[in-house]
Amino acid sequence: MKPTQPARRQFLWQVGGVAGLVWLNAQWPAITTAAQHAHDAVKSKDNVAFSVLTPAQAKEVEAIAARIIPTDEDPGATEAGVVYFIDLALKTFASGDLAAYEAGVKSVNQLTSEMFPGTTRFSSATVEQQDKVLAEFSKDTNKSARRRQLLPTAGEVDFFAVISGHTMMGFLADPEAGGNRDYVGWKLIGRDPGHTFSPPFGEYDKNYPGWQAEGAAETGKK
Amino acid sequence: MTEQRVSYKTSDEVDFVIVGSGAAGGVLAKELSTNGFRVVVLEQGPYLTENDFTHDELKIFNQHFLTNDPKTQPSTFRTTADKKAVQQQALMYGRCVGGSSVHFTANFWRFHEIDFKERSKIGEIPGTGFTDWPISYADLEPYYTKVEWEVGVSGLAGASPFDPPRSKSYPMPPLPVKSSGVIFERAARKLGYHPFPAPMAILSQPRAGRGACVECGFCLGFGCEVGAKSSSLASVVRMAEKTGRCEIRPNSYVHKVVTEKNGRATGVMYFDAKRNIQMQKARAVILSANGAETPRLLLLSASSQFPNGLANSSGLVGKYLMPNSGAVSIGLFDEPLNDYKGHAVSRIFHDHYELDKEKLGFYGGSGFDARFDITPVAFAFNGLPPGTPRWGSEFKKAMKHNYVRTMQIFGHGTSLPIESNNFSLDPDLKDSWGLPALRMTYSDSPNDLKFMKWMSERGLEILDAAGAKTKWGMPIASTNFAVHLLGTCRMGNDPNSSVINSDHRTHDVPNLFLCDGSSLVTSGRGQPTMTIQALAYRASDRITTLAKRGELAG
Repeated sequence: MKPTQPARRQFLWQVGGVAGLVWLNAQWPAITTAAQHAHDAVKSKDNVAFSVLTPAQAKEVEAIAARIIPTDEDPGATEAGVVYFIDLALKTFASGDLAAYEAGVKSVNQLTSEMFPGTTRFSSATVEQQDKVLAEFSKDTNKSARRRQLLPTAGEVDFFAVISGHTMMGFLADPEAGGNRDYVGWKLIGRDPGHTFSPPFGEYDKNYPGWQAEGAAETGKK
Repeated sequence: MTEQRVSYKTSDEVDFVIVGSGAAGGVLAKELSTNGFRVVVLEQGPYLTENDFTHDELKIFNQHFLTNDPKTQPSTFRTTADKKAVQQQALMYGRCVGGSSVHFTANFWRFHEIDFKERSKIGEIPGTGFTDWPISYADLEPYYTKVEWEVGVSGLAGASPFDPPRSKSYPMPPLPVKSSGVIFERAARKLGYHPFPAPMAILSQPRAGRGACVECGFCLGFGCEVGAKSSSLASVVRMAEKTGRCEIRPNSYVHKVVTEKNGRATGVMYFDAKRNIQMQKARAVILSANGAETPRLLLLSASSQFPNGLANSSGLVGKYLMPNSGAVSIGLFDEPLNDYKGHAVSRIFHDHYELDKEKLGFYGGSGFDARFDITPVAFAFNGLPPGTPRWGSEFKKAMKHNYVRTMQIFGHGTSLPIESNNFSLDPDLKDSWGLPALRMTYSDSPNDLKFMKWMSERGLEILDAAGAKTKWGMPIASTNFAVHLLGTCRMGNDPNSSVINSDHRTHDVPNLFLCDGSSLVTSGRGQPTMTIQALAYRASDRITTLAKRGELAG
């Protein structure tokens, strides 16, 4: 994700800068289809076959996503079905990222075996080891020389940025489109999936006495 | 309603063809058809209704479900005219029946008296086209009131000491306060400001067959599934159709205003849904296509008679683009605000509406609001404080803790009108219909950058006074993206320095009118839609008068 100028009224993709927005805008449709696929896949008891990823790649992608949004006392990327979202994304709106995934998974595995000899796959490392690998990997993707070495075919694409973006989408997209299974993402962040709310909404408007003109000012006034 | 819908043949010479069904086009359609005229509205986007709307942020923001799509309608951007523009999405607008009023936040502030005569008060600002309007607040007041009562605005009259005079109170009480509003109100009062309930184009009570807001929390970017947001779609477009004299024709992408030898407009040419070219004949043409597409259409309508584009004898079509200044400050609080629920804004203040140029060293005026309108995926990308880890346990913990405890202070303000900030036709890039793409040339002036930095500091002060645990400001830099598309076919009495007169009639073509954000002379304080609609009501009266006098006949 290239840094870019903030765009003031770019909806709220804007609020944190527009890196996210620009990246998201660069993607093309079908993202909801991908989300639906994730929804269906995790909902069904049987595993849905992957469309693009090989089973071996999918296992690594799922393991990486599981460290980006880990499962702890709350569900994480795994429970949200993020790997299925990513798989269909790579078939549809993110097909241009497939090379990055292919190379990226290889690179992550390679880095795992460099850092922890004898462990040839990221998914078979312990979570502590996995976090160390990703810390190293995400750091290195910022260094162009290392990135070229790690991602020989992906040009400027930053694999870690891509997979973390997809993981956030697969975790937090509206389940109406299938993005996060059973609202696990929304439950985590505290977003009530209801469509109708009434006051009080939060802690600060609970005991609000009602709007009053100037006299009600707590302290000094003009 | 459906059974009363009228449809006209393209060969029927209707009284008016209106290009665009948004904030202005919808009002003009309603008013002119109510006044007995036969009207065709050509909308480039689809005719979506409440049942089609969604809470799916990916569909909204990624698939451009309600907005212009940079894949089919690409644009280019450059900071100054000496540079080659590069392809990027430089602007966004609503592309559906109802236009940008479908997806807007619905902050609905009247302009104040000062907005129309600021040049007289402040004096010249060198290097800019800063000037007074040819109309006053008093001219528009009856029409602001009409917007509030017909389109539907909730608010509390007299709540702000800075409010301009009004002839009538709001038709509905304000929407309920949110936690962000309470925090903002208390902090603002500590600082000596005068916060008040935000006027919003959202129904706080059932009205005119429409339901009240259910506080779902999906306003900015989304279409309202219950019709409570007072878009043109939910209000005036339906009134227009009920007259039996107005046809809304969606999927109709206008690319040329046709003129005959005597210099009058005879209709418009457009691509229909199948991309076949059609021509709709009309006695008069009104462009309400927005502050980017209206000037583009005039430039696309160049002919041997009008080599620089239609209605462009001043050379100012597309010039003086004002996107409104803005500054966002974000704060994190101890207890849950749950501000994702409900309409976006519940409290604002206007204490900084007129800033002291001599004292501060810059020109500007602003209004501040409190809100939280960050949807979940966007929040994960960009809503966390600087320095928060981007992945792993700490990232997850921050999302879990912060999402319900975060709010923004949004400072909205003026932009200076500068001729070199503009829309033009890109000489190389075409859209998927083969038409020249929009090229935006824009640099925020040093004045406006200073002003935005000042607004950002005020926002942080408010968060500080509110006791925010953590606070940060969005970086201030010159923008490359416009949503408020203002000033690009400005109104004025002098044909050399404006494109339309105070009747919204182009100086050059007697039966061609322009009414939308492009008509604005100055930018207001960041909430233009209310004024665009008041202008449209007033323009409807002026155009009706001219038509009844026979002045629009060939």
